[in-house]
Amino acid sequence: MTGAHDQPLLSVRDLSVRFGLKGQRQVAAVDEVSLDIWPGQHVALVGESGSGKSVTSLAVMGLLPDRGVEVGGEVLYRGEDLLTKSPKEMAGLRGSEIAMVFQDPMTSLNPVITVGVQLTEVLLRHLQVSKAEARERAVELLGRVGIPDPARRLREYPHQLSGGMRQRVLIAIALACEPKLLIADEPTTALDVTIQAQVLEVLKDLVADTDAALLMITHDLGVVAGLCDDVNVMYSGRIVESTNRNRLFANPRHPYTGGLLASIPRLDSPRGAPLTPIPGSPTQTLPWTSACAFAPRCGNRVEACTERAPALEATGDRDLRCFNPLADADLTGAAR
Amino acid sequence: MTEPLVQVRGLKVHFPIRKGLILARQTGTVRAVDGVDLDIEAGRTLGLVGESGCGKSTLGRAMLRLAPVTEGSVVFDGTDVATLEREALRSMRQNMQMVFQDPLASLNPRQSVETILTEPLRAHGIAYDSSRVRELLELVGLPSAAAQKYPHEFSGGQRQRIGIARAIALEPRFVIADEPVSALDVSIQAQVLNLLEDLQQELGLTYLVIAHDLAVVRHVADDVAVMYLGGIVEQAASDDLYSTPMHPYTKALMSAVPVPDPRVEETRERIILQGDLPSPANPPSGCRFHSRCPFRQETRCDDERPELVEVRPGHTVACHWVEEINSGQIRPHELTPDTVVQLEGHS
Repeated sequence: MTGAHDQPLLSVRDLSVRFGLKGQRQVAAVDEVSLDIWPGQHVALVGESGSGKSVTSLAVMGLLPDRGVEVGGEVLYRGEDLLTKSPKEMAGLRGSEIAMVFQDPMTSLNPVITVGVQLTEVLLRHLQVSKAEARERAVELLGRVGIPDPARRLREYPHQLSGGMRQRVLIAIALACEPKLLIADEPTTALDVTIQAQVLEVLKDLVADTDAALLMITHDLGVVAGLCDDVNVMYSGRIVESTNRNRLFANPRHPYTGGLLASIPRLDSPRGAPLTPIPGSPTQTLPWTSACAFAPRCGNRVEACTERAPALEATGDRDLRCFNPLADADLTGAAR
Repeated sequence: MTEPLVQVRGLKVHFPIRKGLILARQTGTVRAVDGVDLDIEAGRTLGLVGESGCGKSTLGRAMLRLAPVTEGSVVFDGTDVATLEREALRSMRQNMQMVFQDPLASLNPRQSVETILTEPLRAHGIAYDSSRVRELLELVGLPSAAAQKYPHEFSGGQRQRIGIARAIALEPRFVIADEPVSALDVSIQAQVLNLLEDLQQELGLTYLVIAHDLAVVRHVADDVAVMYLGGIVEQAASDDLYSTPMHPYTKALMSAVPVPDPRVEETRERIILQGDLPSPANPPSGCRFHSRCPFRQETRCDDERPELVEVRPGHTVACHWVEEINSGQIRPHELTPDTVVQLEGHS
């Protein structure tokens, strides 16, 4: 699949995002994040709340505020660094080349403007079409994301739609101009399971139809398992494990990944099978600069973990940031 | 079989929809819970699953009389809670407690943990000393130093532990946990689920665990009831329900849950329901699920509401065609979002 293309569509190099106004102590929300997305590829960024996954996506889109934020590294889109682009240039790219679907469809749609206007806005802005043509295309788009009676729905306001339908509208808006890259930030977290299944199906089909690449940001490893080719696991602002999805699920090597998989209740596991939680909470971290942030919660901790920072290194079939990873094919290692 | 600790019969919770300020008149009814029967045996855990808006939280709240009961009975250990008044109800609540979904919203930010944990004891006039607080904190795995702290000083998982400690402070026999882990991070959920299980063993508690996450319920529940639009559609022992779901809605619900394993995800068959949950203010006629059911049969499903019928020992299903569907005599048909809307419009 990647043979025909000589460079990744999106290549994030050593991205860092620091928050803190002048004179205040800076907080590194994201650090040393590198990832590649090839055309048509589906890549996941997995982590718990506070791990920096959403900040990464906002940095890629250039949606972070100017004040009090320092973004470092490179975000190369087809070889061009997005971080050096002017706001105007970015506005031209957003929607047409790179689009985004947010978690909460109620707050990302404008409540006082009809769905139709919000959907045609992106078409009128990026494509050379008349209003009537945009309208026609909008009806078609809503139909494609599975909204019944699309012509009527176009005249409605977001509050008149259900949560699942609002999320479909967002997907329709994001894919209206057939972008090459879609960033989906927890697109189904606010939805019920059966609606989540509908929306994921629509997302999958449309991404396949338009041949777009997908960066899926989620905390749900179940969603990742059925959707993404490559998985990056983030903890406290850095990527700790990065590999192909089959290898990650069959054989997690980082103790955090292993612990996460062992702590999720699964529908297909036998009843009474014990869950092995990760002790402590995501707020108990050490600074990455002097130690491994996961060390306080890690069952595989060795002395080095609290003395110096592990680097992300290519280890066999994956990139791993750990001094004492779980053994190959050892699923229970994180359980102590 | 022994007498169940909690017996719910024909429970209905209807909320009026009113219009007009001065001459308020009722223009409709939201049938949040519409005729539910449930049995919970002592020492067991019943899992209640359903999607948001199906009435599962209202059902739980009505069982503790935190929501008004329109009709029906909730018999707890021989007493009908639904008809109790004032003082009798208040003292009854000693035996029935609740753990809420959002631990931050359900703990008073201006009260120390000690005050939070002893408030139920004071309210019921039970003598206590500081050793009781330490004991409660120890039971839920918090250090005794936590007693002097305030809710904002804790993480989400720890706050939920405080909420659980408060619920067990009165040594209740029955605890309703409404989405106890859905507000927590994945790595923390398992800690709280294990805690609930340990407490059940130690204190002999009976649980009703309300959740939208089937995997969570699978992990904690002995018996499971599936709810759709105000009614129970299927109830069985957990193993039975998860290995052989029989109601078309249960099947769809289970197939929609993503499994964190690519091999499973790629091979399994997925049933994707069309349309959204209909409004409980205007539910479809007949079987509530008929508008979205891929097995709908002409007119009977549209006209007649199915009762829960025991299909196999201990496994009840509310579906007219459950035998035919599971033997393969009735094949599923394609539904589109448009047909769902059409069917809902007719009813």
